Amino acid sequence: MKNDRRTFIKHAAAAGAFTAAGFPHIWSKNASLAYAQSGQIKVGVLFSLTGTTAIIEESLNKATIMAIEEINAAGGINGLKIVPVVEDPASDPATFAEKARKLVLSDKCVSVFGSYTSASRKAVLPVFERQANLFFYPTLYEGRECSKNVIYTGAVPNQQQDDFVPWLVEKFGKRWYMIGSNYIYPKEENNYCKKLLKSLGAEVIAEEYVPLGHSEFSSVINKFRSEKPNVIFSTVVGDSVVALHRQYRAAGLDPATMPMASLTTSENEVAAMGGDAAAGHFTSAPYFMVHESPENRRFVEAYRKRWGADKVTHFVSESSYFQVHLFKQAVAKLKAGDINPLTIREALKGEQFQAPQGLVKVEPENLHCWLHPKIGQCQSDGQFKILKQSANWLEPNPYSAYPNQKCTAEGLKEI
Amino acid sequence: MDFVVSQLLTGLSLSSILLLVALGLAIIYGVTGVINLAHGEFVMLGAYCAWLLQTQLGWGLLPSLIPIFVAVALLGLAVEYLVIRHLYDRPLDTILATWGLGVMAQQIVRLLAGGELRYVQMPAALSGSVNILGATDSAYRLFVLAVALGLFALTWYVYRHTSIGLQLRAITQNRQIASSFGINAGRAYRLTFAYGAGIAGLAGALISPLKSVSPEMGTGYVVDAFMVVVVGGVQSLFGTVVSSGLLGELTGALAYLSNDTIAKALVLAAVVVIIRFRPQGLFTPRIRA
Repeated sequence: MKNDRRTFIKHAAAAGAFTAAGFPHIWSKNASLAYAQSGQIKVGVLFSLTGTTAIIEESLNKATIMAIEEINAAGGINGLKIVPVVEDPASDPATFAEKARKLVLSDKCVSVFGSYTSASRKAVLPVFERQANLFFYPTLYEGRECSKNVIYTGAVPNQQQDDFVPWLVEKFGKRWYMIGSNYIYPKEENNYCKKLLKSLGAEVIAEEYVPLGHSEFSSVINKFRSEKPNVIFSTVVGDSVVALHRQYRAAGLDPATMPMASLTTSENEVAAMGGDAAAGHFTSAPYFMVHESPENRRFVEAYRKRWGADKVTHFVSESSYFQVHLFKQAVAKLKAGDINPLTIREALKGEQFQAPQGLVKVEPENLHCWLHPKIGQCQSDGQFKILKQSANWLEPNPYSAYPNQKCTAEGLKEI
Repeated sequence: MDFVVSQLLTGLSLSSILLLVALGLAIIYGVTGVINLAHGEFVMLGAYCAWLLQTQLGWGLLPSLIPIFVAVALLGLAVEYLVIRHLYDRPLDTILATWGLGVMAQQIVRLLAGGELRYVQMPAALSGSVNILGATDSAYRLFVLAVALGLFALTWYVYRHTSIGLQLRAITQNRQIASSFGINAGRAYRLTFAYGAGIAGLAGALISPLKSVSPEMGTGYVVDAFMVVVVGGVQSLFGTVVSSGLLGELTGALAYLSNDTIAKALVLAAVVVIIRFRPQGLFTPRIRA
């Protein structure tokens, strides 16, 4: 009976190809038949390989491809081979949207892994929501989003800051200087940080934003000198991070008394600025390359074997890697005929995976991940030394700075 | 008090970087009238030369400076010979051609060296900080300031007190008449272009320990350089120094009092106001036309 109905729809769809091409969204719900065909399942891989953020997105592309190859080498998902469709959105949000549309509509990918910046995520969001498809987003981000078509595997502010901020206050002191790049991510992180600092009785002596791509920090450094903060909370991103660290060091400031605390400085950024400039500063992240676990040893070894012995892994490449495995586990729970983006989403709820950072889980309410925050101090060899690991995994709360809003399975709720 | 001093020093440091980047452009623009949009890429190539010499040959920054100047100057010579000299009477085409060259240079570097951000080690002897009137400043920044002023003095001397300088001034005023007196204008243009490119390369090498090195780094500097040249007055070397000093101190002070985002906007607004009322720039050479 069920099969008959399917065959009928298939024929109807073929007959109505004219109409279908014009109104693809009408058919998208019935397209599930096509998702697992002839032993293959197609997924999109959408990371910039050219343009300004290619530097970092290339490593995310590599981690994703490696995970897919691993799964295929181990027999695929219940015999289904994952076929990646790789597109290059060229670091441009409009191209991101266009390529996402192509992956979902014409390639009929069942899910897409991709994007690094918040701007590109916001650009592809409408595509996945309108087409009822599923997007896997690996980057740490500012939270305040509650889409039912995105699986967020990076950290949100509460996961990076809940351990980090009190630890820094206790160790260094209560006068905080906030410096960030001028866009939404640093502002939202600072919103949450200010809330934490207030509850700890600490004070924010300055909150300052520099233009994206800014590379001259001498006036900012003069202010560090005159204000003498205990902690510099830095949410500066991109090549500005490099300039800030190198100029901080050239100015002769001392990380032992005035450390920079960052949420974005990973092994990747440290490689770009040199270990000497980064040494002594702190980063909070769910993953560092030096983390001791059998899973991470395997991950780093496989990554270097596949892509080059000089390559580093970092917290966004790690989540790019484990989110493919989460996808695999969810699909494995489904019958081939039932595979479609929405059944995969339902199967992902509560799904767990032993990732390089530790055991992670998809929170059924908000589709973000339970992660293991760690505090690392950068060493002059370019690696981090892990000083503190949270005892338990930490629940994601994308609305941590907004106590009267909560992301639930039914959508955003006002409390 | 020491904060005033250290802020003045910061302004001077900003000015010295502006001066380094703008000097080459001012010479090329002032003498040949070529609007060289690939200027930022010469800066970028200088920075990559420093990186290459350091990572491949293990050279420190200081001994690399002269080879970098020579290498980028030779490249400038080649660019002038192959492209620019055919376009001297077509200003719009030179803009397009130099812009195209800039894009090509960026992509070639990206293909050869990769898109990753790079850095150049600061010379060990200059990596400390110095005390001046109670204010601390990075020794390296003071070194950059000294080099910028030294280069300016050298350029000024060549321009005012040597025979080639005299020829350049003659060509600047009127190319045809200068040529009719037997001055080889083509050769003078070529040397000027090479010298300007070499200084840009030197600028890139000198700023590389303070900033990140990437294929796109030149784009920002070419804007700064044009700002300095336009405010200073197109054919005035002295104007270039004064305007880089002015813009550097202004940016530094505004960034200290408010923040860098506002400083950038206000400085650009000030430039707009200045060229509204003095379109020829702050300084103009007195020439009988």
